Amino acid sequence: MKLIIAIIKPFMVEPVREALIEAGVQGMTVSEVRGFGRQKGQPVFYRGAEYDTQFVPKARIEVAVEDDLAPRVVEAIETTARTDQIGDGKIFVLDLEKAVRIRTGETGDDAL
Amino acid sequence: MGLSSRLGRFGAAFLMAASLAAPAFAQGAPAPTPDKGDTSWMLVSSALVLMMSVPGLALFYGGLVRAKNMLSVLMQVLTIVSIAALVWVGWGYSLSFTGGSPYIGGLSKAFLSGVTTSSLAATFSNGVYIPEFAYIVFQMTFACITPALIVGAFAERVRFWPLMLFVVLWLTIVYFPVAHMVWYWAGPDFLPNQPGDHGLIYGWGALDFAGGTVVHINAGIAGLVGCLVIGKRIGYNSEPLPPHSLVMTMIGASLLWVGWFGFNAGSTLEANGLAALAFLNTLVAAAAAALVWAGIEQAVHRKSSLLGAATGAVAGLVAITPAAGYGAPGTSILLGAVASAVCFFFVAKVKGRFGYDDSLDVFGVHCIGGIVGAIGTGIVAAPALGGQGWFDYNVLPAVPGTYDIAGQVLTQVKAVALTLAWSGGVSALLFLAIDKIIGLRPARDAEREGLDISAHGERAYNY
Repeated sequence: MKLIIAIIKPFMVEPVREALIEAGVQGMTVSEVRGFGRQKGQPVFYRGAEYDTQFVPKARIEVAVEDDLAPRVVEAIETTARTDQIGDGKIFVLDLEKAVRIRTGETGDDAL
Repeated sequence: MGLSSRLGRFGAAFLMAASLAAPAFAQGAPAPTPDKGDTSWMLVSSALVLMMSVPGLALFYGGLVRAKNMLSVLMQVLTIVSIAALVWVGWGYSLSFTGGSPYIGGLSKAFLSGVTTSSLAATFSNGVYIPEFAYIVFQMTFACITPALIVGAFAERVRFWPLMLFVVLWLTIVYFPVAHMVWYWAGPDFLPNQPGDHGLIYGWGALDFAGGTVVHINAGIAGLVGCLVIGKRIGYNSEPLPPHSLVMTMIGASLLWVGWFGFNAGSTLEANGLAALAFLNTLVAAAAAALVWAGIEQAVHRKSSLLGAATGAVAGLVAITPAAGYGAPGTSILLGAVASAVCFFFVAKVKGRFGYDDSLDVFGVHCIGGIVGAIGTGIVAAPALGGQGWFDYNVLPAVPGTYDIAGQVLTQVKAVALTLAWSGGVSALLFLAIDKIIGLRPARDAEREGLDISAHGERAYNY
């Protein structure tokens, strides 16, 4: 199993959700997060004072999937969330040791 | 007529009980009765000016600080207005608007002694009066907002009660004398018989329609001195200190703009065509200034910001204040535009260059905008440019005086220089003395935690 974490632009959450469902994903977790990457945030100006190390609002998507599905999920996120502008985000793929569905006690792929 | 004896047209009103109005009126002539329209306009204007401080200024400033200091700014403005109102009734009105010396009035009307519902205050027209209580409350609102303006310069890093002590002393030693020097005069019906009965700066012939010198330069320079004495905020230039709610700031700026019509158009003291002109000038100057600031930002930063446009509007309002009743709409637009550009330069460039932490740009907008407006008044008031000129009240009835732009500009510069020196110098002494004796700055931890919790024990926002 893989845990895929994607940091994307907030307005890309909806297109990515649709693409993931299309790819066969059963569920996902989305949180509002802030951070910055190589561009060091967006410069903002308040009355001439520049603040250029601001954290930029982002969305963090977490999806746990079977190993076979992982490449399709990564590709779906990558193609959907790409705007070719700075700050499109990153995708991280982690090995997932165990998954448990709390209601039924199922584990592994069955819990996904 | 030499400059030294020129008398500006709308400097202020003299107040005199109707029973004292002997010299100008023929024996047996009926005592003047205030016009109900004038009286209504003055009461409405007074309420509008109060709206500028609470809620206008409080929300404007509050939105510009960080969330942890929001309440402290609201509290400072609210309390300063309350204190100033009481001090005004106690001794402020008397020190500002009774005769005495050219520098300060006397205490004959302390605690409004002798003022009744039938007491009258002069306006700028021969034979036209308003109730003295209306004049007292109108001028009171100016005394309320001026010290409240100062706190923006050192917002987020000042102790509450020492600041309140400063306000009482500053009003007494700085504001009342300046108001007296700029605005006090014997009134149109009395001046011919009492030619020396006016404040120093008024006697020079300086023009200040609604308080460019008394309010904005006065408060602005005191703010600069205060932020220098208190020092920079912890984290200034090393961590972001952005405004926490520009929506609040927009609400505050909007209330300021609306209230400013009472400030400027009310300063005519009558509901007439001149009040309408001052109203119109106020509107167009602010509009031009807002657009100019937004335009400069577009050119410099490639984006026009709301805070920039709102700041520009305030800068335009400040600049038109001394000129509101003197300029023409066309010249008022130019004055607002120029002031906006100059204020932008000070806020965006000069402040960074010299590194003072004028938190909310009290110096950059109010003092600089006030100076541009005060000096510009000398130009836009010229009848040759469509201005209203000045009236010579040394004769009864008053007649228009001969206008000399260069001479008037020089007089305006003199008035500005004296105000900067007096307010800057005395404010510095007051700040230093209070800082030395009881301390003006909160402890580091208290400042880090935010003044809402450390000084007032409450939060602006509970999620």
